[in-house]
Amino acid sequence: MFEPFYISFKLASITVAILFIISLPLAWYLSQTRSKIKPFLEALTALPIVLPPSVLGFYILVALSQNSPVGAFFKDTFDISLVFNFTSLVIASCFYSLPFMVQPLQSGFESLNKNMIEASYLAGKGKWETIFKVALPNIKPALITAIIITFAHTVGEFGVVLMVGGSIPGETKVASVAIYEMVEIMDYSSAHIYSAIMLGMSFIVLLSVYTFNAKHNRKFGL
Amino acid sequence: MIEININKELHGANGLMNLNTNLSIKKGEFVALSGESGSGKTTLLRILAGLEDAKGTITVDEKEWLSTKKTLAPQKRSIGFVFQEHALFENMTVLQNLLFVTQNKALALRLLEMTELTTLQERYPKALSGGQKQRVSLCRAMMRKPQLLLLDEPLSALDPQMRNKLQQEILSLHKEFGTTTIMVSHDPSEIYKLATRVLVLKDANIIEDGSPKEILLKTNGSQKFSFTGELLELKKVDIIYVGVVAIGQQLVEVVLSEEETQTLKVGENVSVSAKAFNPTLSQKSL
Repeated sequence: MFEPFYISFKLASITVAILFIISLPLAWYLSQTRSKIKPFLEALTALPIVLPPSVLGFYILVALSQNSPVGAFFKDTFDISLVFNFTSLVIASCFYSLPFMVQPLQSGFESLNKNMIEASYLAGKGKWETIFKVALPNIKPALITAIIITFAHTVGEFGVVLMVGGSIPGETKVASVAIYEMVEIMDYSSAHIYSAIMLGMSFIVLLSVYTFNAKHNRKFGL
Repeated sequence: MIEININKELHGANGLMNLNTNLSIKKGEFVALSGESGSGKTTLLRILAGLEDAKGTITVDEKEWLSTKKTLAPQKRSIGFVFQEHALFENMTVLQNLLFVTQNKALALRLLEMTELTTLQERYPKALSGGQKQRVSLCRAMMRKPQLLLLDEPLSALDPQMRNKLQQEILSLHKEFGTTTIMVSHDPSEIYKLATRVLVLKDANIIEDGSPKEILLKTNGSQKFSFTGELLELKKVDIIYVGVVAIGQQLVEVVLSEEETQTLKVGENVSVSAKAFNPTLSQKSL
C-alpha cells in the first residue's frame, strides 16, 4: 500500500547523497572563483528551477534513450537501460534538484569570512581539509537547508519522474505519481490519505529546518 | 635574510598604482609598515603570505617563495599571519584553534600561558572579547614557529589599554621565537615601542625607510612643539575666540584671534605649535 512512499524516500535519499558529493566542489568553486565563467555556470545550475519539468524530462529522455550515444553505450557495454527504471529516476532527480543543493551551499560558503578560510591555508591546510574542518562546520544552517530542501524537493517532483520513469509499480511509481493515478481512476479516498501524508510531512520538514536555523542563530548570537 | 623584489599593478583610489618594492630585511628585524590607507600595505603583506600573486621574486633564507618560475603556495611558506579581526575558526575552542595548525600541545599551552589565556582554552571564539580574540590569533600564528610573522593592524580595533598589553606580548613573542616580523601600524607610539625599522608607503611606493627615531621624531622649522590634530569647535568667549582641537586621545583649547578664526574651518586638520619664549642675542649690523 505504501510502496510508492518507500520508492520516493529511497529516490530522495540516493539523490541527496549523490548531489552532495557533486555539489560540494561545485558550490565551493562558485563561491571562491572570480572567473568569467562563473555566471555561465550559475545560470546553468539554476536552469532546473525555471524550466518546465516536462522540458527537462524530455531532454533527459532523449539523452538517455537507446538511440542516443549515452544510452547506446550503457546498453552495449553494461546491458543497462537508462530509461523507465529506477536508475533513470535517480539521474533525472539529480538534474532536477541540483540547484536546491548547490545554491544554499554556495551562499553559505560566500557568507563565510574570507580571512577565516585564508587562516586555514596559512595554517598549512589544503582545500579539502579547509572545506571539511573549517568551512562546512561554520555553515551548518546552510548545510541542513541544502540537504533537507533537496530531499523534500525530490520527494515532491512529479513531471520529470513521470516522463523519464513512467509509472512502474515497485520500480518507478513514486508517491506523487501514485496520487495522480488515484485521482485519474477517481479513487479519492486513497488520494486524500496520500496527499494528507505528503502535506503533513512537507510541513514538518520545513518546520524543522526553520526551527533549527532559529536555534542555531540564537546560539551564535546572530 | 628576506629579499623582496616585487611588482604589481594595484587599483588605488587615484587610479592605477604600481606596487614596486626592492627590500631586504634582516633576520630578527621588527619592521613597521606605515602609510595612508590604500597605499598598498595590506597588499604587500598578502603577497608575502602568498594570498595574492605578483611578479618578481621573494627569497627567504635562500629559499625561493616567489620567482619567475614558481609561486610557493601559502601552505608551504613558513608564515604566521594575524588579520585585522575576525579570523578565528568559530567552530573550534581556543585550544582547538591552536592545535588545528600543529598538534603540538606543549607549545599551545606555553603560548596560552604567555598571553594569559590558559583559563579560556575551552571557550569558543564567540565568547571572547576583541582583545582576547586577537591574542588567540597571535598564538595561533606562532604555532608554526614561523620564519616570518605578518601582522595586519592587529590592534586597531582595541582600546588603548588592551593595545598596550598586546604590544608587550607581540614583542616578547617576537624575541622569544626569533622571528622576523612585519607589522602594519598607524600608531607612532606603537611603532616606536616595537619596531627596529619603519617603512612608509605612499601610492604603493616606499617613500621612507629608517629607524623609528629618524622617521617619527620630526620637528620642522624653529617650532619646538608641533602636533597635528583635528579642529572640533570654534567658539567665541567674551572678546576672544577658543578653538577645541583633538590631538590623539586628548582635547586641548587654544586661544585664537578673530583674524585666525577666518582661515580655520571645523573638521580640518590643524597644526598646533608653540615656539619657546627664549630671547636670543645677535650682533647688530649697522
